[in-house]
Parts: sequence; structure tokens; C-alpha cells
Amino acid sequence: MKPAAFDYIRAASVEEAAEIMAKFGARARLMAGGQSLMALLNLRLVEPEVVVDISSIGSLNAIRIDGSSVEIGAAVTQSDLLDWPKLKEELPLLALALPRVGHFQTRNRGTVCGSIAHSDPSSELPLCLAILEGEVELRSTGGTRRLKASAFQTGMLATAKAPEEIVVAARFPRRKPGEGYTFREIARRHGDFAIVALAARASASGVRLAVGGVADRPAVLDLGGAQGAALADALNAFAWEMGGNDDIHATARYRRELVRRLGPKVIEEARACLS
Amino acid sequence: MPILKARERHPVTITLNGRPAGGYAEPRMLLSDFLRQELGATGTHVGCEHGVCGACTVRIDGKAVRSCLTLAVHADGKRVDTVEGLAGEGNKLSVLQEAFRRHHALQCGYCTAGILMSLAHYLEINPQADEEQLREVIGGHLCRCTGYTQIVEAAVEAAEMMRLNKPADS
Repeated sequence: MKPAAFDYIRAASVEEAAEIMAKFGARARLMAGGQSLMALLNLRLVEPEVVVDISSIGSLNAIRIDGSSVEIGAAVTQSDLLDWPKLKEELPLLALALPRVGHFQTRNRGTVCGSIAHSDPSSELPLCLAILEGEVELRSTGGTRRLKASAFQTGMLATAKAPEEIVVAARFPRRKPGEGYTFREIARRHGDFAIVALAARASASGVRLAVGGVADRPAVLDLGGAQGAALADALNAFAWEMGGNDDIHATARYRRELVRRLGPKVIEEARACLS
Repeated sequence: MPILKARERHPVTITLNGRPAGGYAEPRMLLSDFLRQELGATGTHVGCEHGVCGACTVRIDGKAVRSCLTLAVHADGKRVDTVEGLAGEGNKLSVLQEAFRRHHALQCGYCTAGILMSLAHYLEINPQADEEQLREVIGGHLCRCTGYTQIVEAAVEAAEMMRLNKPADS
């Protein structure tokens, strides 16, 4: 349970980190809060030559409102965002989901962008990014690009980020007036990875549901105004489409059943929040 | 951009419980191992070593974090507080520690140091904490002896005593 040997570099700026990543590529790993990567290192599931610590880069430690989005820098911890005074007003879904991300003790170091970059299929923040159609900003010595959540999230612990690229920020669209949100998850213990997590957003144009923990990445479904039997049929088809896998926590069948059972509840709750 | 080379030991200096402390660490050395093996501060216990059990929780710059998910070299220059720093003058137990003793909130004591450090931080930032909030904080720890009931009771009582500014042994 000890990491294999690696070189350690504490990057002082994004430019410096980008140069290091350009040189080492897949042989290096970026670390912000380390709450996913340190576990992988300790278990020797990854053995990088170099670990690049970006947590003390000041320019990445900022939450700012930029037009219709809230931009969260790569060094911002989950606790920092939870303590942001405008969170409930601007990102109500994240206000609901963040207390379920790990524990108090891991949120104190774990970053918002780190969780998104790690891309565990049952983690909450990638799910929020997916349903809100947020973006990820990637930086390398070649420049900057922004990817929509749907383009960024490519599978289990897999993203469209190139090895030399750095996730420098996540951008979550701000709440629009008259939208309602809910978030529910089933886990063995509060703070554990979700067996299934569901988020719903209701607006005048209809309801959208997102599910984590079943497919290999967050799955999003627009349900319009579907009710009753039509809603049940749509959720059943959605559950089969996501498939899911058996693991030590739950069977795929149980996960699909949670979607069928909890889906209508979270949708109803989100509609009830509509103002 | 100094590179700390693998397989070489680098000086790491921290402020441990208010006093300067230093040792040497390879980049891969965990803070938990640095505290125990380099500094001899064995009050911090090591359980799962992947962030799940919470036994190794310490405070870095005031915040409760897992020392097994932190590199020693990352902590260089920072303030680290461990269970050894909780008691006051003459080893007088803190309000929180005394509540744990009174409620038998520990048996083997393996998980206790981590739980105390989490609660010490949480009660500092949220002195109005209620039982549900305290349960959530304790939820970040595994205890295989107590069944948690007495831990929750001790935490709730400590919170109340701290709010009323009562001394530990009252």
C-alpha cells in the first residue's frame, strides 16, 4: 500500500505545468487534491514517473462568474465550493450533490476538477456536469480548448483529455430562473461512491434526468412532459440502454431497478420545485 | 521548478502541533508514514491507506484531511496538527477528549485519533453542529469496536459543552 517511486514537481504556474506535461505526457500524472490519485498510487494501480502537483498554482484557485457560467479552477476544493456563498443561488444542483461527494475529510482536499478528470462512473460531479451541459477547459503548450461534458466523458475512468493536457477549469451553467433541481443517491454509507445517483432538472420546456453508477459514464435523458405509463416506459428503456455491471456493491439488475423506482420520484420532486 | 528526484530523500519541515519539526522523505512517502517513522509521532494511526477508514486523519493548515492521501513533500512548510496536540497544559484532556473518556467512546482506540481530529476541525468551523451533522462527520471514519453510539453521544455532548464554554471535567 505504498506508492512506487516517482519524481515530484510542484508547479508554480499553469505554463510551467504545461511544459512539464508536454515533456512527459502519459509518463506524468497531475495531482491537485490527490483524493483519487493518491489512492491509485497507494494501490499501485498507476505508477507514473513524475507527479506534477498543481495545487499551489494561485491562478487555478478561483471561483468566478463568467457570463452564463460559473468557472471553477482546478485547485478549488470541494469544500471551497460548498462554502461559496452564492452556491445555492447559482448552482443549486451542486449545493445538493456536493455534500454527497466523499466525506468532510476528503472534500477538504479533493478538487471539483479532479473528480471530473478522474471520471469515475458513479461519482457525483461528472453527473452534475453532464446534466447541466457544462464544459471542461483544457490547457497544453499547444493552446486551450473547451469540451462539452458529453465530448469530454468517454467511458470508465476515461476522458477525451490528451496525456499532455491539463484540466484547468470546469464551467457549470448558472441556474436560470424557474428551474427546479433534485439529487438522490443510493450508497452503502453516506460518502461512499454511489450505487446509483440520479439528478433531475425541470424547466418550462420539460424534464431532464441524469443517472450515474449504471453505465460507464453519466447518462442523460430528456423526458419532456412525460407522465405515468409513458414515463415508466421511457425509464425502463433508459435503464436497459445503460445496461450496467454486477460488482461487489450491487447487481446490474438492482441498479436498473433503482432507475425505474427512483426515476419517477426525482422527476416529481424536480417538477415540484418549479416556480 | 525544483524537481524532487525519486529514490532520494529530501528535507521536509513542518510545524507539528505548534513546534517546528523536520525530517527526510522520498517523494513517494505518505505524510502518515513521515509523521510516524521520521518524526516519531505515532499517535496518528494507519488503517486502510487508501482514504476510506479515516484512522490517519490529521489537520493540515487547520483542515481535517487524510494523511495517507497526502505526500509528505506536499506538506512541506505547512502546519500539521495531530492527536498529540489536543491535550492542554500538563496533559489535561481537551473537552472533546474528556467527553470520549466519559462516554467510553473508544475500546481499542485505533480509530480514535482520526475521529478526534475530524471533530476538532468541524466543531471549530461549526460550533452549532447538531447530531445529524456530527453523524455525517463521524461517517467519514470506520470504528470496529463501539458501534458508534457512544462516539456520537460524546461528540454531541462535547459540542454542547464547548458552546456553553464549560471546562472539560465538569
